[in-house]
Amino acid sequence: MTDLLPFLKTLISAPGLSGHEAAIRELIAAEWVLLCDELTTSRLGSLHAVRRGTLPEPRPSLLLAAHMDSIGMMVTSRVGEFLHITKVGGIDPRVLPGQLVTVHGRKALPGVIVQPPDSLLPAEYQNGPLPLEHLLVDTGLPAAELGRLVRPGDLVSFAQPPLTIAGDNLAGHSLDNRASVAALTHCLRELRGRPTAWDVWAAATAQEEETLGGALTSAYHLGPTLAIAIDVTFGASPGSPSHKTFPIGKGPTLGWGPNIHPGLHKTLKALAERLEIPTKLEAMPRHSGTDAFHLQIAAQGIPTMVVGIPLRYMHTPVEMISMKDLTRVGRLLAEFAASLDENFMDGLKLDE
Amino acid sequence: MNAATPKITTDQIRLLERLTNACAVSGDEGEVRSIVLEQVRPHADEVKIDALGNVLVTHHGKGENRLRVMLAAHMDEVGLMLTNDEEDGIFRFDTVGGLDLRQLVGKAMLVGGEHIPGVIGARPIHLSTPEERKQTLTLDTLRIDVGPGNSAKVKVGDRATFATPFKRLGSSLQAKAFDDRLGVATLIELVKNPPDHLDLLAAFTVQEEVGLRGARVAAYTLDPHLAFALDCTPANDLPAWDGSENEQYNTRLGAGPALYIADGSTISDPRLVRFLMQTAQTAGIPYQVRQPGGGGTDAGAIHKQRQGVPSVSISVPGRYLHTAVSLVRLADWQNSLALLHAALQALTPEILAAER
Repeated sequence: MTDLLPFLKTLISAPGLSGHEAAIRELIAAEWVLLCDELTTSRLGSLHAVRRGTLPEPRPSLLLAAHMDSIGMMVTSRVGEFLHITKVGGIDPRVLPGQLVTVHGRKALPGVIVQPPDSLLPAEYQNGPLPLEHLLVDTGLPAAELGRLVRPGDLVSFAQPPLTIAGDNLAGHSLDNRASVAALTHCLRELRGRPTAWDVWAAATAQEEETLGGALTSAYHLGPTLAIAIDVTFGASPGSPSHKTFPIGKGPTLGWGPNIHPGLHKTLKALAERLEIPTKLEAMPRHSGTDAFHLQIAAQGIPTMVVGIPLRYMHTPVEMISMKDLTRVGRLLAEFAASLDENFMDGLKLDE
Repeated sequence: MNAATPKITTDQIRLLERLTNACAVSGDEGEVRSIVLEQVRPHADEVKIDALGNVLVTHHGKGENRLRVMLAAHMDEVGLMLTNDEEDGIFRFDTVGGLDLRQLVGKAMLVGGEHIPGVIGARPIHLSTPEERKQTLTLDTLRIDVGPGNSAKVKVGDRATFATPFKRLGSSLQAKAFDDRLGVATLIELVKNPPDHLDLLAAFTVQEEVGLRGARVAAYTLDPHLAFALDCTPANDLPAWDGSENEQYNTRLGAGPALYIADGSTISDPRLVRFLMQTAQTAGIPYQVRQPGGGGTDAGAIHKQRQGVPSVSISVPGRYLHTAVSLVRLADWQNSLALLHAALQALTPEILAAER
């Protein structure tokens, strides 16, 4: 059940900040190459894997997209032994003081984000949270050596080691959205030895946390008949409003709103019920906050769906997920892909 | 008088790693105590564990009228205690010792004697407003989360510490709790390399972070002629935000052991300060003077015990103490050990004959 756990731990231990996904892409490719017919990398850095279907060409195709990039930081300048940083993706600076990081300079340097003593800060920040421009990174290296090894623009990734939590849970950084990449991998494993009528594209998309550019261009490039974005969603946790969150370990969410094709939603919901996979409807009244926002409007437009994995403490280095939810998502997607036949699109209705 | 200076080698660094990875929040020092006992027992004449949990180690020298010299290093660290079970793995907690709440958010923790992993999370940035993000998260809003279904693995009253693993960064070391596992590691080396002309009274103390309580009773029991507190003190040697000169650095990394003239709880005995400076100069060991000011060490309790005990503190400078990740220089540790070793070798009863 949890053979995905070591793979996911490897995934969240690799860097791969938005726009710089090479390291994580290689790790995913090494696994997916065993599970698909063909593997390519897009012009913007998304990874595309295809399992060819059995219908005659031109064959319909299903795109399953999970973004692989993660949030992090970037060096802006050096002051002596210390580095100033800016952010890549959305980060609340209040979670940063005391975080272990890796500075990706001429070599990978371990370090820590530090909050200078109050005596060295503007008076207005005494006891208050510090904005990012006042936080520093300390690598423990002397100034001259640091100057040789690091320059502005170098990436800084979180280095909090993965934390296995009893009861099939995992905590760590970058579970948004490597958890979904692992779920998608589980889907491909479930499909092993099971031919599908349609082509099935698995995409690990780039740049979701900054521009959503990976999904938009991958959807255009691949021109799928249907697209499903797999992403994490807000897990119920202390301090988060209960009406906007979903319990972890109790099943995935199925998105509903303008980014979602209603017929596709209903198909997934009915399938989940048949498979006895618990799901919750996630209301997405505007922007879904996922790749689906762009998948839907690529080229001539694509019927799109979002499947969500509840995750606690999103965009902190201690995000937490339940492995049960990942395998449920993987199974649901696999069964959906396997169910697609030459008549599926004829039965897919926007309205009742 | 010419005993070789003990060196920091891989063995000492490995021991420091074990010491910093151990969890010992004030009042719950058992994990560090067991490492200390294992290390000192083969080298001591007497080892005693007192009512509070201090480890009191005596090594007798040879000859008559021996000086009784106390060295104290505290085993405890700052941390948290679980105070309320909110079910399904979520716990309220309170702080033990001086912790800046801004350092707690988004951290991995180890809870209880079994080191059950947990996290202190935060509301996602997506669900908070810019105004909310200008407020420090208070204890009232923070929780430790050991995962759904794991409530039974920990309990109210358990202590929690940061889960930071020890790491070497070139000439620096990174870990939690260098304050004061560095002092403990240094004192272990001194017990293993004792001077032979005086009585070495090593106190591995408890509850320093909650009011120097272990040192107080340890000093009563040991009844020394004079005392050294071995600690780790903040190096606030970062750049000021506006580029002005940092005049409140307390100590600087890499500048050697920090000698105390006065802090918030002790006025060091000037004879001991002079003696340490002379010893350092003679031996060619770099040292620095800690900027006089607040803070305190076990010396604050020791010097007021019984009729009074001439005392001084000597610390390894460390950045970001009392946070998840502190950072020290290997050279500062080596020089602190070398200075203390040289001082013990050179120490004679005449030091107390001089006028204070």
